[in-house]
Amino acid sequence: MNGIINLLTAAIRAGIPLLFGTTGEIITEKSGNMNLGVEGMMWLGAFFGFYAGLHTDSLILALLCAFAAGLGGALIYAVLTVSLRANQTVAGLALTIFGTAFANFFGLRMIADNGGFLPKLSPRLTGILADKPIPLLGKIPYIGKLLFSHNILVYLGIGIAVLAFLYMNKTRAGLRMRAVGEAPATADAAGINVTLTKYIHILLGGGVCGLGGAYLSLAFFGGQWQNACVDGQGWIAVALVIFANWNPVKAILGTLLFGMFEVIRFRVDWLNIPPAFCDMLPYVITTLILVIASIRRSRERRQPQGCGNNYFREDR
Amino acid sequence: MNKQPAIKLCGITKSFDKVVANDHIDLSVQRGEILALLGENGSGKTTLMNILAGIYQPDSGEIFIDGERVSIHAPEDANRLGIGMIHQHFKLVDVHTAADNIILGAEPKGLFLRKSRYEKVREISERFGLSVEPTKKIYNMSVGEKQTVEILKVLYRGANILILDEPTAVLTVQEIRRLFDILRRMRDEGCAIIIITHKLGEVMEISDRVTVLRKGKSVATVETASSDIHTLTELMVGSSVNLSIERTERTHSGTLLETHHLSVESDDGVRMLDDVSMTLEKGEILGVAGVAGSGQRELCETIAGLMPIREGAILFKKKNIENMTPRQIFQAGISMSFIPEDRLGMGLAASMGIIDNMLLKTYQDAKGPFVRKKDARLKAETITEKLRISTSGMDAPVRLMSGGNVQKVLLGREIESDPQVLITAYPVRGLDINTSYTIYDALNEQKKKGTGVLFICEDLDVMLELCDRIMVLCHGKVTGIVDAAKTTKEELGLLMTDAAGKGDTENVD
Repeated sequence: MNGIINLLTAAIRAGIPLLFGTTGEIITEKSGNMNLGVEGMMWLGAFFGFYAGLHTDSLILALLCAFAAGLGGALIYAVLTVSLRANQTVAGLALTIFGTAFANFFGLRMIADNGGFLPKLSPRLTGILADKPIPLLGKIPYIGKLLFSHNILVYLGIGIAVLAFLYMNKTRAGLRMRAVGEAPATADAAGINVTLTKYIHILLGGGVCGLGGAYLSLAFFGGQWQNACVDGQGWIAVALVIFANWNPVKAILGTLLFGMFEVIRFRVDWLNIPPAFCDMLPYVITTLILVIASIRRSRERRQPQGCGNNYFREDR
Repeated sequence: MNKQPAIKLCGITKSFDKVVANDHIDLSVQRGEILALLGENGSGKTTLMNILAGIYQPDSGEIFIDGERVSIHAPEDANRLGIGMIHQHFKLVDVHTAADNIILGAEPKGLFLRKSRYEKVREISERFGLSVEPTKKIYNMSVGEKQTVEILKVLYRGANILILDEPTAVLTVQEIRRLFDILRRMRDEGCAIIIITHKLGEVMEISDRVTVLRKGKSVATVETASSDIHTLTELMVGSSVNLSIERTERTHSGTLLETHHLSVESDDGVRMLDDVSMTLEKGEILGVAGVAGSGQRELCETIAGLMPIREGAILFKKKNIENMTPRQIFQAGISMSFIPEDRLGMGLAASMGIIDNMLLKTYQDAKGPFVRKKDARLKAETITEKLRISTSGMDAPVRLMSGGNVQKVLLGREIESDPQVLITAYPVRGLDINTSYTIYDALNEQKKKGTGVLFICEDLDVMLELCDRIMVLCHGKVTGIVDAAKTTKEELGLLMTDAAGKGDTENVD
């Protein structure tokens, strides 16, 4: 029993960075833009979040900087695709390449500035970010460990996903945003500002992706900068969007599943499987699940119809 | 009473690149009046109405609403001025409910969407006598229902100037009648209504005045009561036109193609064709009528070998061609041509020129790895001349051509292959009168050669004149096969909605 609880707990911790990326991309896609720059925005968030945390020693500022960094990356993408109507796929890929290279370049500089050692956040900050049980709730047997003994970023990620779900499905603004994503011309004719709606949600989505990067750089590796911290998580997040049927609450479950695969690969050494195969596992599973999830879909669980196409009112 | 016109357009001009779509157009509508806007394809009707709706910006010209000069920069300006437009291609979000579509952009105040929105929509629909289920998703709706949602959307916003762009194109006779009743009631309540339609009979029936556009210019405005179909056509085309469609005498006989108890299912397992038995004779034009989505497309695609058969059989000259691919059908020595509804998606390769599109039909016959472009060029030139296709060049992408010319290329290519069976799905949809007649002539010519033509169309008037027999489909079932010379529009309309519940009876030939 304890083994299973340990595994699940670790899965939650490993899965949440994916949840940020997935929620961010869902917000973006629901408003009609496919931003393949998730990986890039996570990298930007990871670097700027860590850098701010290192120099200001404040968690709030670190998270704000990570959010702003992801948002800044998304802004590049939004200007390119919404205003200049560039191809969404190409713009997204470019953002990924840019974000990855930028963060790694300055990450190396940061290491050099630190005398060649990996920079580490202050013990105070790592303390705040450590996994710790919530008083009372954390004492419940099993469930306390499973649900109420994580670092605060885990709760932030789940909170954002639930909020995003409520926003999309229960509010006026959410209805308008979904209409823009499905049928921009229809939304436009109904008097909705399509350009503004797209900008807002691309930027918000980018910011949330940035937070996902910050989770990795600030908390996942114990507050120590790693030059490979994001390492493909953004891509898995993009795949998870499809797996979760563009629903942030389902994304929570999806990320847990993937978190599990991440964890399992560290725990199967006793099976004598070469580690390279274990490293491959999450990607193989991603591919498999995508194929299965794409076989048959009801119309409401498909990608928003306007996704991937840029909207121009006077197009004929 | 306010004598100012509800809408007055003065000298509206709009051009796209070098094409002038609207050239100094004047137009006015009073309150309590229905104005029909008439014109061939590309005469600028839709562009003009999109300017009123705020979708396009005019290059010059003035718009007056109730005597006041206004500028409409965006759709929300139009909404504010009480202008509501029902577009030719419905502007609805497929995966949302009727209510969410209706309130979109004008939701009840507050941060959250409330359940009460469904009640509110129900109230409005009852007040106007338009029944629609507020919680039903658009993709589950028939075209008629979708249009009701569009109308409710406009009414919900309190629009009193209504623009309808070809609202009847996809409706049944009965639905059209209902729509016209609604329009008349709204007119009597003081709305100003502009309706765009190609169907002259409808213009005569519903409108008070008619404004005719030709090549982007407003050429005339006449009182409907003091005009007739011939005058209107001449105004529209600019020359006198013989409006009757010729029905060539049948000179061949014998059965070409038959289906027996044919049933097919869509990918989602929905039965799209249900026990369809029919025959196609040599040298006849068999019309297929039905409300949009009654199985017409599936019938075409099944015969053409693009859709798997669930039950039943298809025989070509008594030879079973069940579940053969198009290539296998061709290799079996059967020449079948299919002119699909989606001309640029399924019929032609949109970004290739005429020559390359010709090659698509024949490239597999050439020996060796190279294509024979010379033959294709000859063929391309032949059809260009024969069907009077206007193009900037044989290699210019076909998607840059007008709809009429695209259709001529497609039809020309298929006819060049001397088909024994010619399947045409909505061959004149969206085409103007002149082009339509070119197509009718080409079909008649095929008929003379002994080709069996399956003709799917939404215009019952055309079918009654052109076809030999008309088969009516309703929910994938044959509700009747009638002699075109002896039937009426009303009878077809009833069969289309299966009013008599004849879905299962034998054909009434």
